Amino acid sequence: MIGRMTKVAATATAAGMILAALAGCAANEETPGDGKGSGSPAAKLSGTIDGAGASSQSAAQEAWRGGFAKLQSDVVINYDPTGSGTGREQFTEGGVAFVGTDAPFSLDDVAAGFGSCADGSGLVEVPVYISPIVVAFNLDGITELNLAPKTIADIFLGKIAKWNDPAITADNPGVNLPDTNVAAVHRADKSGTTENFTDWLAANAKDAWPHEPAEEWPVSGGEAAEKTQGVVATVTSTPGAVGYVDAGQASGLGWAAIKVGGAWVSASPEGAAKAVGESSLQEGRADTDVVYDLNRTTEAAGAYPLILVSYLGACEKYKDAEQGKLVAGYFQYVTSEDGQAAAAANAGSAPLTSEEGLSAKVSSAVASIG
Amino acid sequence: MAVLAVLAGVLIFLAVEGGPAVFYKQGALPAHATSFWQLAGPLAFGSLWVAVIALAFAAPPAIGVALAATVYAPNQRFGRLLAAVLDLLAAVPSVVFGLWGLMILAPLMGPVDAWLGRYLPWLPFFAGPPSPTGRTVLTAGLVVAVMILPIMAAMCRETFALTPTTLMEAGLALGATRWEMVRWAVLPGARSGMVAGAMLGFGRALGETMAVAMVLSPTPFLVSVNVISSDNPATIAAFIASTFPESRGKQVGALIGLGLVLFGVSLLISVIGRRIGRKAVPA
Repeated sequence: MIGRMTKVAATATAAGMILAALAGCAANEETPGDGKGSGSPAAKLSGTIDGAGASSQSAAQEAWRGGFAKLQSDVVINYDPTGSGTGREQFTEGGVAFVGTDAPFSLDDVAAGFGSCADGSGLVEVPVYISPIVVAFNLDGITELNLAPKTIADIFLGKIAKWNDPAITADNPGVNLPDTNVAAVHRADKSGTTENFTDWLAANAKDAWPHEPAEEWPVSGGEAAEKTQGVVATVTSTPGAVGYVDAGQASGLGWAAIKVGGAWVSASPEGAAKAVGESSLQEGRADTDVVYDLNRTTEAAGAYPLILVSYLGACEKYKDAEQGKLVAGYFQYVTSEDGQAAAAANAGSAPLTSEEGLSAKVSSAVASIG
Repeated sequence: MAVLAVLAGVLIFLAVEGGPAVFYKQGALPAHATSFWQLAGPLAFGSLWVAVIALAFAAPPAIGVALAATVYAPNQRFGRLLAAVLDLLAAVPSVVFGLWGLMILAPLMGPVDAWLGRYLPWLPFFAGPPSPTGRTVLTAGLVVAVMILPIMAAMCRETFALTPTTLMEAGLALGATRWEMVRWAVLPGARSGMVAGAMLGFGRALGETMAVAMVLSPTPFLVSVNVISSDNPATIAAFIASTFPESRGKQVGALIGLGLVLFGVSLLISVIGRRIGRKAVPA
């Protein structure tokens, strides 16, 4: 009982400090350089923190680091896009202060503890990067097509050879589809995008997609390309090619609208955020561990469930309290309206803040860092 | 000594970290492989296959350029220019070749693949169906060929230049044409140098990572001599590069094990190369 009281008290103190820090930031923003808020010790941070992990976040991390540098010019944030798996490993070993990951830590990982965290500290894990995945194609003069999940499955299984296949024309009345060969391009490297795409296919195409969700493309054969940029370059240079890529990288190509419930929905940040709002939190996790079981089969109007959700992970309490303050400040910024807007502008992601329930959960989890 | 120590260090690292991977079972291996050799065998084949294609494309122009620079036009501006341009090629980073292959060469090769698939499908190499993107083993081999051309040409040039001038002049004085003189006086003496150049190029082609990873459309576990299809054997180096970032634990060990296999293959190739070179010398 006493232990619990102490913990609550500590959390309250930490939250108080962060509020003070936020007040300081806000004051700085409104009246730059007038010295207001500099009295608060937490207002001006300095130091370096290192993070590593998902490469899907790298464009967003770039925007966040740039934005945070304007608020806290003495803080250096490093983010090494080594990939989710490597990032999680480094965070577990204590090599980095925070981690970006496409797949959340398992409960076993959480129970085993993390290298940089103080003894008994919990894990703070929040979704920060929600990106629609687009089935993007290269057909002369066609910028949008309706593709049902089963049709997409058949395309990527190589069962549909031509773009004027009856399965495609049936869903696209009035579109003059050419006799071009379909070239489906998948990722050659292990990737969170592939895992989310195959997860969505498995949930929606049912029997038409016989594979389990996986980071490595499960179908043997077919066009493969390295990284998101490789897929984009291949699809762009090949008439009739189609691939799956993060929405932020797919400009200039045609986008497929997917069938959700009875309606056709195009990829959009709002639709992606809506789909997250339609999902439920994973059970058995702490309040600070905001992890979603994505509802891939939602039928809510306007929801776009073909999404990738990438998380940031940090300790509730750090061994080194200074690191805690820096991470808290950075996470506050990342999940703020400004931070999310910066990522949306730079990476085409969906702002968390467009879903009210979600952003409340995230900010209370972030407030517990320190 | 230092070189030997570094080499031994690399070998020990690979053997300690990657050796146990040989016994890994499904689950610990990348790409859902059921055994280490199911993964390593086709990848080793892919590495060798790309290197062989690259060597086949690079050898004739390398020898031709070297002859042009030493025998046909040794002191003329053209010969020197050719040599200088080739040396410059050696300084281009492989990522640049990869980008070039991906964005320029592959789209150009698409129609070539289609043509080969239509008119020569009875050759196992062109069995098709042709890749619409041109990102095939053939294209990857061509890109790597351009990359290994400078080192091969330089080796050939050095050895051709060692041919005694008196020998060449004697040949010409006896009424031989330039080409006959090259065949009788220059090439036999330079055989070991040419083999050495080829082996150096082959070694580089085996290990080439970025350019192949960017250009090739790989299918793991595939062994095929078809050079124009979308389904191509993957290479060890490119597979390691593209799988490593998202791997953890034992899977990393398995990738290092693949590195050990590549090391073994390279060693074997250089031993064979030395044999060929030595046999050739006495002539």
